Amino acid sequence: MPVIVTKRNLNSQVTYLEVDCPAIARKARPGQFVMLRVDRKGERFPLTIADYDDVRGTITVMYQRVGLSTQKLELLGPGDSILDVVGPLGNPTNTEGVRRAVVIGGGVGCAIAFPQAKVLYREGAHVDVIVGFRTKELVCLERSFRNNCSNLYITTDDGSYGRHGFVTDQLSDLLKAGEQYDVAIAIGPIPMMRAVSEVTRPYGLKTIVSLNPIMVDGTGMCGGCRVTVGGKTRFACVEGPDFDGHEVDYDELLARNKVYQSQERRAKEAHRCNLERMVNQLTKGGNEAWLI
Amino acid sequence: MADLNLEAVPMPQQEPRDRIHNFGEVTLGYTPEMAVQEASRCLQCKNPMCVKGCPVNIRIPEFIAKVAEGDFEGAYEVITQSNGMPAITGRVCPQEVQCEAKCVLGRKGEPVAIGWLERFVADWHLASDPTTAIPHYPANYTHVAVIGSGPAGLTCAYDLAQLGYSVTLYEAFHTIGGVLVYGIPAFRLPKDLVARTEADLHSLGVQIYRNMVMGRVLTLQELFDKGYKAIFVATGAGLPKFMGIPGEGLPGVCSANEYLTRVNLMHAARPDYDTPCLTSRSVAVVGGGNVAMDAARCALRLGAKEVHLVYRRSREEMPARAEEVLHAMEEGIQFHFLTNPVEILPGSSGRVGSMACVRMELGEPDERGRRTPHEIPDSRFVMDVDTVIMALGTSPNPLIRMADPSLEVNEKGCFVVDEETMRTSQEGVYAGGDAVTGAATVILAMGAGKRAAAAIDHYLQANQRPPV
Repeated sequence: MPVIVTKRNLNSQVTYLEVDCPAIARKARPGQFVMLRVDRKGERFPLTIADYDDVRGTITVMYQRVGLSTQKLELLGPGDSILDVVGPLGNPTNTEGVRRAVVIGGGVGCAIAFPQAKVLYREGAHVDVIVGFRTKELVCLERSFRNNCSNLYITTDDGSYGRHGFVTDQLSDLLKAGEQYDVAIAIGPIPMMRAVSEVTRPYGLKTIVSLNPIMVDGTGMCGGCRVTVGGKTRFACVEGPDFDGHEVDYDELLARNKVYQSQERRAKEAHRCNLERMVNQLTKGGNEAWLI
Repeated sequence: MADLNLEAVPMPQQEPRDRIHNFGEVTLGYTPEMAVQEASRCLQCKNPMCVKGCPVNIRIPEFIAKVAEGDFEGAYEVITQSNGMPAITGRVCPQEVQCEAKCVLGRKGEPVAIGWLERFVADWHLASDPTTAIPHYPANYTHVAVIGSGPAGLTCAYDLAQLGYSVTLYEAFHTIGGVLVYGIPAFRLPKDLVARTEADLHSLGVQIYRNMVMGRVLTLQELFDKGYKAIFVATGAGLPKFMGIPGEGLPGVCSANEYLTRVNLMHAARPDYDTPCLTSRSVAVVGGGNVAMDAARCALRLGAKEVHLVYRRSREEMPARAEEVLHAMEEGIQFHFLTNPVEILPGSSGRVGSMACVRMELGEPDERGRRTPHEIPDSRFVMDVDTVIMALGTSPNPLIRMADPSLEVNEKGCFVVDEETMRTSQEGVYAGGDAVTGAATVILAMGAGKRAAAAIDHYLQANQRPPV
């Protein structure tokens, strides 16, 4: 079973997890994801591969502690095993021939945008990175990005750090100033990816967005991850997760992503006391508690 | 002595009013007395047609004769010479178009209940808690990889391991069994039967790797580089089809594969499991195959007040097993034949609120002999539903062919193979099951797995060089 090697809190909401998965680390490329199942009764859920190290045989995922499954994951620490980690899934981001790129990340999406920026930059491309956060406390990965891009622009919604405003404000300014790019890569909340696509549309700038629809298997079997792109039904797990941002039906994606929200909220409530019990047992010894 | 009784011994089953509240098996199986009585109906034809109707040619009269004598273990041995998983096929084979369709008794009355007898024999054997080791040849230390652990992969792995090969079975999910686990619900196929098969594979020394999505994590070439001498690809047909009508992207519309995977593989119906499932008041399932029946009956068991099954042809053309259609009708599923959805409409919450359909009539038979349905003009009407489950069939999983584009596939994405040997366009690579045929039956997949195992054995023996 895949063992957790490193665990860090990047800020009050986002956790960094390095997991021992040599087979996945050998194959992973930017833009791909893994499906995880934390324990026997857990659900399968996708997380983007935020980094990978073939030498160490590890992959890194970063996640926001919002849902039941990420809260369960949060209870594990270095040395603990995750029941299932499956991947690498999805198609790698196509970076072929890209000489100048702007990579835009929002919230936890920044973490996900990191490998794209890193690979492009190391391949010799000019890479501008724009990352946006709600407020200063949530800013993360600043140094990692700074070491792996040509220019880093940070924005915060409340102006407490970097530029006051949204990533789209910064992107607009760069484009207005005449910056030329081969591609814009936007990763983050759906409204952000939609807004970025609207900014780049008048410039005819090719915009790649990484979609995060509901998935059960992640291997091209359930159709839960279907999205409408350019009027056609596409499966994000086998044909994506990257799609042309100018063609995606964002409204449909937003609506479909909410289908299970009420049930998930209920499940989270119901599990809260269970989780507390498990935390107690976990701190007492081993993670056998998961097998109850 | 053959008893010319024209009616089969009925199968005991859970009452519909009880079973719609549980996932327990619907049919309960024959008692030994029932089995002997049913077996004694067999006429023991000199030229048995039933055997020709069986895709793996089980020597049916021979095993039935053993049952009639009360030699159930003997009957099991006869069956397993042709079919390694009779407990599964006895439950899921469409016997009414295979062996039982050819039974001479069927001309005047009911054919011998071959499927129910097969199931009885297998269950009897399992219940006797067999401890005898599975016979196999000594290890030959030649490695073969099997990709996919559905019926085709399981059969191929089993046969190759028996022949002495070092078999590695790769499965993408966390549980082996493929469609037997994620697709077919427990009320039709109890999951401990698949677990027994897994135990058999272990005892034969098959190495099983779960959570390995081949094509993504390893390509076929990389498998050869690792030292495998042959590969059997049985990745199934999982990619669901949709109709392409307006409203299919609405919340509340899903594929039958998604619905069934949530319920069967992820146990969404159980409150202690985390995976959610759509909660529904009124469900429409679109399609006429076994998967449509399974989805409709699951929806009922998950608490839907009404379940409608919408099919564009008539009952005669339905590809589902007759027994499943009958059980679904007993359980109160409302069938709408000659009906085709044209649009799915949102309700006030944004989720599915209704589905517009048109009436159809049957025209001329198509190239496969099925009559093509045509829309009746001005027949549009609206059904009040909050969930629509599309069970329109599936296409082969694309991951292997995406990773190894040199493998020849047809326009539907199915691997092109030699029908005798199941060999693909690439030396050493064999394929079978739904990945080759498109969505078909468990027994056909198992037959393909068997043929491939024999062909792989032949290929590897021919390739063995004498020691220098």
